[in-house]
Amino acid sequence: MRTSSSRHGRGRRTAVNAVAAIAVMATGAALLTGCGSDGDGAAGGSGEQITLRIGTFGSFGYDNATGAKLYAEYEKAHPNIKIEESNVADGQKYWDTLKLRLSRDSGLADIQALEVGYIAEATGPAMADKWTDLGKTGGADLGAFLDWKVKQATTGDGKVIGLGTDIGPMAICYNKDLFAKAKLPTDRAEVGKLWAGDWAKFIAAGETYKKSAPEGTSFHDSASGLFNAVISSEPVQYANTKGELDYENSPGVKKAWDTAVAATKGELTAKLRQFDEKGTWNAAFKNSKFATVACPSWMTGIIKDQAGPENQGKWDIAAPPVAGNWGGSFLAVPKSGKHAKEAAELAAWLTAPAQHAKVFGVNGNIPSTKDTLISAAVQDAKLPYFGDTPIGKIYSEAAAGITPAPISRWDGQVKTFLTDNGILDIEQRGTDPAKAWENVKKLVDDKIDQ
Amino acid sequence: MATSVRATSGGSPPPAGLRSTLYRLDLKAVPYVFVAPFFLTFAAFGLFPLIYTGWLSLHRVELGGSTQWKGLENYSSLATSEFFWNALANTFTIGVISTVPQLLMALGLAHLLNYKLRGRGFFRVAVLAPYATSIAAATLVFAQLFNTDYGLINTVLGWAGFDPVAWESSKWPAQIAISVIVTWRWTGYNALIYLAAMQAVPQDLYEAAALDGASRWHQFISVTIPSIRPTILFTVIVSTIGATQLFGEPMLFGGSVGISGGSGNQFQTLSLLMYEKGWVTGALGQASAIAWVMLLLLLLIGGIQTLITRSNHKRKKSGS
Repeated sequence: MRTSSSRHGRGRRTAVNAVAAIAVMATGAALLTGCGSDGDGAAGGSGEQITLRIGTFGSFGYDNATGAKLYAEYEKAHPNIKIEESNVADGQKYWDTLKLRLSRDSGLADIQALEVGYIAEATGPAMADKWTDLGKTGGADLGAFLDWKVKQATTGDGKVIGLGTDIGPMAICYNKDLFAKAKLPTDRAEVGKLWAGDWAKFIAAGETYKKSAPEGTSFHDSASGLFNAVISSEPVQYANTKGELDYENSPGVKKAWDTAVAATKGELTAKLRQFDEKGTWNAAFKNSKFATVACPSWMTGIIKDQAGPENQGKWDIAAPPVAGNWGGSFLAVPKSGKHAKEAAELAAWLTAPAQHAKVFGVNGNIPSTKDTLISAAVQDAKLPYFGDTPIGKIYSEAAAGITPAPISRWDGQVKTFLTDNGILDIEQRGTDPAKAWENVKKLVDDKIDQ
Repeated sequence: MATSVRATSGGSPPPAGLRSTLYRLDLKAVPYVFVAPFFLTFAAFGLFPLIYTGWLSLHRVELGGSTQWKGLENYSSLATSEFFWNALANTFTIGVISTVPQLLMALGLAHLLNYKLRGRGFFRVAVLAPYATSIAAATLVFAQLFNTDYGLINTVLGWAGFDPVAWESSKWPAQIAISVIVTWRWTGYNALIYLAAMQAVPQDLYEAAALDGASRWHQFISVTIPSIRPTILFTVIVSTIGATQLFGEPMLFGGSVGISGGSGNQFQTLSLLMYEKGWVTGALGQASAIAWVMLLLLLLIGGIQTLITRSNHKRKKSGS
């Protein structure tokens, strides 16, 4: 362990040296050509060499290795700017660290990505002042974004602290093989009709599936996944219109809870936990243990990776009962950064429609800019793994039906309690739903220090 | 030190008054200088965090936000929180079912290793191997073994005709599984400590006991155990501290729901609850209060153990 880590350290040092050497060479080149950047006005045109750091989680699809190579492109246009991305796989850990750094105003990257689940906390009174107003700085065209996306990142006093990256329109991915064996239609239009308009019909389809289902398979992957899918399609979720946490009286939470409980009672789920670290959920994709999974666009990548090449062509995507949005992110610029202006410009460029299209082409992230959503690049996109499903068409249609719900700063946390400590408890341990609901309420009261 | 001062002062010795002052300084101050680094580091990384945590525990603290005075409210809300009591009870039960078998097995193992075995060196190193394994690696392996759907243990139970055990989602199986990991990791470590103590037991005692016709078992009970009693007490204290702070094993064993100790908090320990409060829900004040309660608990347990030792000593003295 020790040797490998020290070797790692040495490798990093070499990399730092290399970067420094490149930076020196680039400065030299900039001096020779007279001036670094051109009319863009980046870095004030002074040719001063700067490094912009961008902190992300999960996969944003910008990087030069597997993404759309946006950093390389920007660096080429702005020779005085060097971009470094630091990525954390786990979004929750990323946010926890970011909060700590914000409170200390140190260790922050020039650009920080924010997940939609935390955007209300970031725009809230405690943190709103920590961010640059991107409506004023950086020259972003706010009109290009979906209106609700901009609204989510706007503070009470009208500052826009984040620019939209992707959104998470949702569909239902289904296993054609299992559907055929259970005597359900397999054509994606027919499948969509099975449950169009109502989650109750989705449960009904599950009951039909169960009647002639292959041994050892379930209709849906997890009750908590179903909960997420239903609530994502509801206009009122965890917060009231004022953005205050009010999950107890929310019709959306009630509907999602009841649907998930109905699925559990009817034994329609495989009793798994999504993103389970032990890989049980992943293994179930490979072994075709369940027939459907709620499928935001980013889920297609997970299915492809986990089900593997041997299951190519078995999966397809159908329209959801009700359109919903699950996930999506923003880029924000902390005020305390040394290069806030240049960072705002980079953030504006990364989230401009042209770049959205490039990222979609490589990474499948559904753009949050209006024109990109209806562009040919998105509309004509197909996914070979799913039998050339017109993925762009399905997801942009789902995106058009999204009614964004107000969000409170506790949404992410309450959702975890509802799914991991409520639904999962009913599903795996057979706890009585009424008791599980009481448990969730107690958890929220106890653990959220409002 | 004093001699070097004289040597460098260029021949003329310093006046007697100064010399004796330096000498006294050397004698009195220098030891403090030598121990200072530890205490400075302790003050910076031990004492300060402790006091700061205490200060935080009296406030409502939010990462990235402001701090408000709350007085003892964080503590009083712990007293009425069923999650706190649940975590305390879990910490206790997991602690007992991991520490007791662990120490008993370590004693037995040490006794065996104390024999003149062939390849003794190998076995002594081998018992330490689990301790040298990282918690993360060990727990991940055990989590796979205990996997309800695909794990080896349930497969073997299946061969024997038993129903699969829900190792993670049921309370006692989960706590037992975690205890198995803890026991596996620490038994060898404690065994080596016992072994070291056993080797300091004079051989004559055993010979005398053997002459008196005591069996191996009798020797173990009436010679070995009394002779290494202080060591046993030491391992009990260390294991108690370890059990009170149990964190890594349940966290990793629970996988994605590890922090909350399973979907129904069925194996959430105090450390996990503290982590969940502080880092997941951002209630740093309440988390600090839990940290202080844990500290007080340990002091209490330490106090009780000291009392037991003292009464033991007294009994011994009056007995002899």
